[in-house]
Amino acid sequence: MTTIFGYPLVVWMGQLLLGLINGSFYAMLSLGLAVIFGLLRVINFAHGALYMLGAFVALLMATHLGINYWFALVLAPLVVAAGGAVVERTMLSRLYKLDPLYGLLFTFGLALLIEGTFRYFFGASGQPYAVPGALAGGMNLGFMFLPIYRGWVIVASLVVCLAVWLLIEKTKLGSYLRASTEDPVLVQSFGVNVPLLLTLTYALGAGLAGLAGVLAAPIYQVSPLMGTNIIIIVFAVVVVGGMGSILGAIVTGYLLGIAEGLTKVIYPEASNIVIFVIMAIVLILRPAGLFGKDA
Amino acid sequence: MAPLLNVAGLQAWYGESHILHGVDLHVNAGETICILGRNGMGKTTTLRSIMGILSKRTGKIEFDGADLMNVTLHRTARAGIGFVPEERGIFATLSVQENLMLPPKVADGGMSVDEIYNLFPNLKERRNSPGTKLSGGEQQMLAMARILRTGAKCLLLDEPTEGLAPVIIQAIGDVLRELKKRGMTVVLVEQNFRFASKVADRFYVMDHGKMIAEFPVADLPNQMTMLNETLGV
Ligand SMILES: Nc1ncnc2c1ncn2[C@@H]1O[C@H](COP(=O)(O)OP(=O)(O)O)[C@@H](O)[C@H]1O
Ligand SMILES: [Mg+2]
Repeated sequence: MTTIFGYPLVVWMGQLLLGLINGSFYAMLSLGLAVIFGLLRVINFAHGALYMLGAFVALLMATHLGINYWFALVLAPLVVAAGGAVVERTMLSRLYKLDPLYGLLFTFGLALLIEGTFRYFFGASGQPYAVPGALAGGMNLGFMFLPIYRGWVIVASLVVCLAVWLLIEKTKLGSYLRASTEDPVLVQSFGVNVPLLLTLTYALGAGLAGLAGVLAAPIYQVSPLMGTNIIIIVFAVVVVGGMGSILGAIVTGYLLGIAEGLTKVIYPEASNIVIFVIMAIVLILRPAGLFGKDA
Repeated sequence: MAPLLNVAGLQAWYGESHILHGVDLHVNAGETICILGRNGMGKTTTLRSIMGILSKRTGKIEFDGADLMNVTLHRTARAGIGFVPEERGIFATLSVQENLMLPPKVADGGMSVDEIYNLFPNLKERRNSPGTKLSGGEQQMLAMARILRTGAKCLLLDEPTEGLAPVIIQAIGDVLRELKKRGMTVVLVEQNFRFASKVADRFYVMDHGKMIAEFPVADLPNQMTMLNETLGV
């Protein structure tokens, strides 16, 4: 049997896959955080709650309305995005003129409010969400058994991240976004409705978090706390990648997911902290992050 | 005929500091006016207040018959005014071409991209490089070019020659004369009145947040003593 560093290849591949799946969620979530931070200069602490909201909306759609996974995959992120748009327009937008700390505190409070509300109605325990029929079962890849749903999550997140990257780097709307990140006042003086752009950006970030939540629902249990658990890691990812760097957020998300998975092979006890160790090292050597611009 | 742009009793503040103390100026359609004045006298603030970038302002601003005082920032451009800021405002994360295409069209009759590239051949050559990789002169050209595309009727141009070499200043002068031929209305802010005398029809002199003099270009020789005094050249 093939071994690397004394561990069987099967074990490596299994953890690599697990790492890639976690990395898929890290990438989608940190991408949304980076997009929001880049334009709004708000550290969106509600991001984990929005992810949880996506999963719950999908679950409630299934149990109360009989809406299946595929429709939920489109509808739930739209619901979360719409909620995000309303929050940005009515509340968050009033804080831009103040110290950035207010935005952070507001979104932190919002996260507590959303999570507390769901805990009140649904309790802290998780609820299962069935894997859609078309993606049930698995494939034998020879070196390992791949559950099809997990493969789908990796592909779907890669496609989504690529699409968002293309949107930002290659489209007219994206050029408004990039320019507004540099100088929103000048862009608005050209006749671009920048306040609307900010609302759309927050909605996009929220929708991405919601989509990640729907994708996560069949893998993890749907619970009011699922966002709290993942968001701490995602913040570390954003710090390592460099605040506001779109490509950095995506690549770092996958890489740290993989690093976490591979650490499980060699030294399982460290897998929970490896991301934070990497964060500490990066902060010492390159405070602006791997992809950040040095100030 | 009513002026295209009419500003009366304009006052403006940065937070608590009162910068403009009742600015009066008007610009007729097709005319190029030039605001002269030493550093810190409020020339840039005047342009920013007309655009609505400074929202703490009182007085009257009318453009093309419309009241601009209660118009949000992104609607000022839609009324037909284009702003070329002193610091040029070229975006580093956008290519030259993306910088050029950024401002939305506000009216028909703007220059086509081909016309612009004919007027500014350097920009065409470098259209795929990042905006801020251009030289200072090229950045100034780009800052002007991107407004010309939009069909704006009136250009607010803040110290376009600042820090540029003589040949580039000459090229900017050529562009301004070409624009005048096409009927463009221009509000030019300059410290270099030798340059301005070749393009402007009328002058205003600004001092401590007010216009203290106004005269046509033909009168420039008679005004030299006053200008030397107020501008300190
Ligand atoms: N962002 C700002 N905040 C506070 N004061 C400002 C700001 N910008 C300019 N000022 C002040 O307003 C006055 C006029 O400045 P400005 O309009 O830029 O002058 P000019 O363009 O004629 O050189 C100056 O005293 C300057 O210090
Ligand atoms: Mg100035």
